[in-house]
Amino acid sequence: MNIVVLIKLVPDLVEELTIDSGGAGLDLTFARWIINEFDDHALEQGILLKERHGGTVTVVAPDLEGADDVLFTAAAKDADRLIKVKGDFTMANNHALARAFSAIIKDLQADLILTGVQAHNDLDGSAGPLLAECLQLPYVGYVSGVAVNDGKSTIRKEYPGGLLAEMEVALPTVLGIQAAEQPPRYVAVSKVRQAMKTSSIEELDASDLNPDGAAEIGRMFQPEAAAHAEMIEGSPEEVSAKLVGLFKELGVL
Amino acid sequence: MSQDIYVVIEHLRGQVADISYTMLAGARELSPAAGGKVVAVLLGHNAKDLAKDFAADQVLYLDHAALAEFTSDAYQLALADLIGKDQPRAILFGNTSIGADVASVLSMRLGLPLVNSCRSFTSNAKFISQICGGKIMAEGELPSPTALVTMVPGGYSPDQGRSVDSPPIAESAVPALEALRVTLSKYIEPESADVDISKEPLLIAVGRGIQNQDNIELADALAQAIGGVVCASRPVIDQGWLSTSRLVGKSGKQVKPKVYFAMGISGAPEHVEAITQSGTIIAVNTDPKAPIFDIAKYGVQMDLFELVEVLTGQLKAKV
Repeated sequence: MNIVVLIKLVPDLVEELTIDSGGAGLDLTFARWIINEFDDHALEQGILLKERHGGTVTVVAPDLEGADDVLFTAAAKDADRLIKVKGDFTMANNHALARAFSAIIKDLQADLILTGVQAHNDLDGSAGPLLAECLQLPYVGYVSGVAVNDGKSTIRKEYPGGLLAEMEVALPTVLGIQAAEQPPRYVAVSKVRQAMKTSSIEELDASDLNPDGAAEIGRMFQPEAAAHAEMIEGSPEEVSAKLVGLFKELGVL
Repeated sequence: MSQDIYVVIEHLRGQVADISYTMLAGARELSPAAGGKVVAVLLGHNAKDLAKDFAADQVLYLDHAALAEFTSDAYQLALADLIGKDQPRAILFGNTSIGADVASVLSMRLGLPLVNSCRSFTSNAKFISQICGGKIMAEGELPSPTALVTMVPGGYSPDQGRSVDSPPIAESAVPALEALRVTLSKYIEPESADVDISKEPLLIAVGRGIQNQDNIELADALAQAIGGVVCASRPVIDQGWLSTSRLVGKSGKQVKPKVYFAMGISGAPEHVEAITQSGTIIAVNTDPKAPIFDIAKYGVQMDLFELVEVLTGQLKAKV
């Protein structure tokens, strides 16, 4: 089975976010690009399926700073093939990303394409369903379990409140992964270093990055909260004493 | 072509989801500037009865056996046909397990622009989207002539989208729904849980800041000392550190405790939407800009590990 995992890199939200001088976009000059956390789950699910059914896992990522690390980490987790898509993806939206990746993924003869259900900077839809439509494949998102047999996949889709739907989806398909069946595995840095020596990254050129399908952004801003918490200050002992008082006042102690 | 605002009603097993009413409220804000009606679009099978309290000018009802339960393929085909025929000013979807399976696909299929994660509209037809875990808002003109929009909760109360009157219902033709690639086999009920966190009066909630599984014990000890129950945000559950029955958020439980004590939770929108009914939210976080402080009544900017054992000790001494 050919499994392709599409990875999107996103600015790390732990870093301070600033708006650029134009006022309508993020200033990404010093952004730290990390793997979208749901894509990490998609990768884990892909590796789990390979362990269960055999086959290969191909990981495709856009050429942004940090892409090599992400790809070699995937290799250390036992991904077979690493592809970096060349092009200026810094400001590329998901419509452009999906079109560019579909041109490349089309040639990979994938049975199953996995990607994260969403990313925190999805302003024009999510990469998975956009890609599915470019490839004319079915799409199901919010998936937290995948089994494959007889040319079709049986998936578990999450609804609010813990309800799950079991669905059958014809292969090939694109699935938006919410959570892998087990937490993404940890790999030691030494294993990643070893992967850097033993595996290689193929570089493929993106076709034209066509962003049509997004709305124009007039301005971006940081939300001003209607209210802010009353901050309790002091040493841990002082804060604890105040909290104990508060719990009593609120009738839970 | 029309200036109408269509709202794709989300429902599951005979229950209309709150996001549907939130979207109707958004559509009502948008429709005066657009100069059209608010139209609730209901897809289902023998499901007409669900259309009774929509704050809409009209309901369009699409009935077909393949629409009895949600599947992405059937909804996409039915809605692509409807949007192609009617060309409304905008179509609103939930940014949910239902809407997000459909909206992006239709954007690509129909060549229509998509606005994702919209929280509210302005009276002059601008959208305001919420991205980057709630830290950034993006505003723009609603794209013309037909815009697809996915909406998140928070901008409108569902009650604003409810009405005591039932709007008139018109049936709309459904295209052939054949060669479907996605089919529903069954629903799987949530695992029965030792506790129902949606009914607990005091919740000790932990997020990514708890760092590893061993530290869950710290939250357990605190919960025991005060008589509360431990719950968590998505990252903790995905790591398998607590069972799914303890998940608070979009894909977990909505909670309404007297006190919600949040440690190491930044306050991503998917979490916040499930805790707004809490009596009092108290948050502990190292990041002074964490969005959780915007909805908490009380806040402590401190490393939770400095605080939690001291607090547990003091509680034990009191009780």
